[in-house]
Amino acid sequence: MGLDFTVIPKYFDIILLGCAYTIGITVAAAILSFFGGIVFAVIALYAPWIIRQPFRMVAWMFMGTPLLLQLFLIYFGLVQVGIDLPAVVAGIIGLGLHFAVYNSELIQTAILSVDKGQMEAARTLGLSRSEALRKVVIPQAVRAVIPPISNNMIALLKDSALVSVIGVSELTLSAQRAIGATYRPFEFYLLAAAFYYVINLGMEWVQRRIERRISISR
Amino acid sequence: MDFELMLKVYPFFLEAAWITIVLSVLTAILGLICGTLGAFARLSRFAVLRFLGAAYVSVFRGTPALIQLFILYFGGPQIGIQLDAFEAGVIGLGINAGAYMTETIRGAVISIDKGQREAARTLGLSQWQAMYKVILPQAARLMVRPLGVNLNMLIKATALVAAISVVELTYTAQRYIGSTYKPFEMFLLAGILYMIIIYVTGRGVAWLDRKVQIT
Repeated sequence: MGLDFTVIPKYFDIILLGCAYTIGITVAAAILSFFGGIVFAVIALYAPWIIRQPFRMVAWMFMGTPLLLQLFLIYFGLVQVGIDLPAVVAGIIGLGLHFAVYNSELIQTAILSVDKGQMEAARTLGLSRSEALRKVVIPQAVRAVIPPISNNMIALLKDSALVSVIGVSELTLSAQRAIGATYRPFEFYLLAAAFYYVINLGMEWVQRRIERRISISR
Repeated sequence: MDFELMLKVYPFFLEAAWITIVLSVLTAILGLICGTLGAFARLSRFAVLRFLGAAYVSVFRGTPALIQLFILYFGGPQIGIQLDAFEAGVIGLGINAGAYMTETIRGAVISIDKGQREAARTLGLSQWQAMYKVILPQAARLMVRPLGVNLNMLIKATALVAAISVVELTYTAQRYIGSTYKPFEMFLLAGILYMIIIYVTGRGVAWLDRKVQIT
């Protein structure tokens, strides 16, 4: 059985819809992972010991195990405790939490590297500790980690393919659907790969622009 | 928390962990080979090789590893490549890891001071001799730690072959989650085994890194 790319046009709109899903999931999970990363970083650094230590253990566990395994845990685990979320929501939560843990590591380092004088000055000016964190320290820390975080976001795009395994009809699963109908795996997976590649190039372009802007404003 | 169940199924997880280890080792070896070839291509004098090297890195890092596995395993037979799931897993993940390692190896090589190569050439060493006897031994020391990061990612990426039904750790966890409806317990079992593998590998890399440093 050779290759036959003429089967593609008929299923092109399914693939495009999958593409839209992939972009949507990536953006939603990216936003979740960004703000989640900030919250996780603050907990890991400033929460009382009794919360901080178990939290760090869980974070460590999330960094030491494969994303696919975590997706199974979240998807089936939520069902077990009676929360029956649609697969797409479970997928976004899984991806978002996984990358939030990685982002949190970056943000923690950045928070610690913000000059101590910033916190002291903010406290002297009458801001409370949490205000000083929110309004002075974190904005500076976050700016410093935008380049490495954007690398994580590009990794997130590629890892979003994994949510096809729990039944989210994004790009990969759309390709699988088309393959189910045509039995042409090579053609459709190649097409999906091409779409991922193009989205990836687009994200890299945005990343370069953001980096340029940050480096100017410093 | 159902400890009894965990005790009952853990031998199956141990077996699966062994498959994950074998898979990781073979993938790492193939990845290193691909990464070395890729780095040489990217550093080559010939524009064609440089282009091929850059294209390899860009394409394999720019698309999901899962899709690459699917193309190889499901699409392979259409172009005459017939592999079983394990072979497809090793080859697919190895080529993917090689793209990341290409950049690691290239980065280490180009970070060696230019003067080293010039001095070696001045002393009468050929292009290759300068590479093998002067630059690579120095670059190798710089590679250990970043290659360790690549290795860590690679071990976690072996979970992807669960999607083509290789019975490794994640696949086993998935199967038992399906049959026992105890996702947390199964996650914990598989997770602990993954972390042991990753921890031991990490220590090994740190040991090697100390071993090769000249201080």
